[in-house]
Amino acid sequence: MSKRELTLEVMRYDPEQDTEPYFQSYSVPCEQDWAILDALNYVKEEIDTTLSYRWSCHMMVCGSCGMMVNGEPSLTCKTFVRDLPDHVRIEPLANMPIERDLVVVLDDPMEKMHRARPWIIRQDDPPPPDQEYVQSRAALFKFKQYTMCVNCMCCYSACPQYALDQNFIGPAALALAHRYNLDSRDQGKSQRLDILADYDGVWECSFVGACSEVCPKSVDPAAAIQQMKVDGAIEWWKQKLPGGKS
Amino acid sequence: MSRRPYVRPVSNTRWYLSNGRYRRYILREVTCLLVGFYCFLTIWALAVLATGSADRWNEFLASQQNAAMAALHAFALIYYLIYMTFDWFQLAPKAMPLQFGEHKVSARTIILAHYAAWAAVTAFVAWLVGVIP
Repeated sequence: MSKRELTLEVMRYDPEQDTEPYFQSYSVPCEQDWAILDALNYVKEEIDTTLSYRWSCHMMVCGSCGMMVNGEPSLTCKTFVRDLPDHVRIEPLANMPIERDLVVVLDDPMEKMHRARPWIIRQDDPPPPDQEYVQSRAALFKFKQYTMCVNCMCCYSACPQYALDQNFIGPAALALAHRYNLDSRDQGKSQRLDILADYDGVWECSFVGACSEVCPKSVDPAAAIQQMKVDGAIEWWKQKLPGGKS
Repeated sequence: MSRRPYVRPVSNTRWYLSNGRYRRYILREVTCLLVGFYCFLTIWALAVLATGSADRWNEFLASQQNAAMAALHAFALIYYLIYMTFDWFQLAPKAMPLQFGEHKVSARTIILAHYAAWAAVTAFVAWLVGVIP
């Protein structure tokens, strides 16, 4: 298989030496079936061992190799050289502070994911140890797509709302809350109302839809958020109707 | 080794110029200016009606019947069809997914149902105002 020379323009930042990031170019002889992650690994192994970036599984499962590839938030293990021009610009995920080179600080979105209470909440007693919560296939299909998230944070990187207001809970956390709200085994919807109805919750989303377009796992967080808005509006009207719960 | 994370600046006023996806979004959102214009037009018309003067109402109607207003209405209609009707109907399956048992209704079917409902309502309104017999 023939090789193809690719110019990688990589954003570099060393917190101990640099006042701000800058770009460094590398010429990489790529195989046609390489992903951008392979090209970065080539740089790391053959050209410049100081380059820092995150990766682990190389198979779209760990979600750790998210970066901006020519301005688009992407999993670099899923972004192939054959689909890109000869000059590729690689930056750390947008909307998050740069720790070093292509590594970003993920603390804020990770904390928000936790605020979604991403676990099954029950109001009743747990079942006996020899039993489980039964769920039909139809009930599973209601939320299955939202379980596919690999926490790559490409959606946060694509979201202009999060870029402008970092108090916004954000796409992945809201999709995660929706995933548990839709789960027939869960009874914790009311406990997740704060992130739904809060000023920084679903109503901060103005439906740009970029989160869903860049999601490498087709989770479609924008759909989850719009459905939560419908849920929120229905709950609000229920409270306003005569005899409604307060 | 010390931590000193670098925060990249984001422009509050020019962020939407950074990619085509954001520009399309802004083109959709500026339809609010046309909504504002039609609100103003309606309030103006109601204010003229409230005077109770037939002459002033006829003057108002005459002021609207010119090429510039016709062009503005045509522009508003086309702009809305492209950036609101089409865009929102495309997005409808996200906000209103339908599932029967294990079967999810396709996005295409939901979008087509919206166009069918739109055509039916348009035909009804056209019949109501006498455009079609």
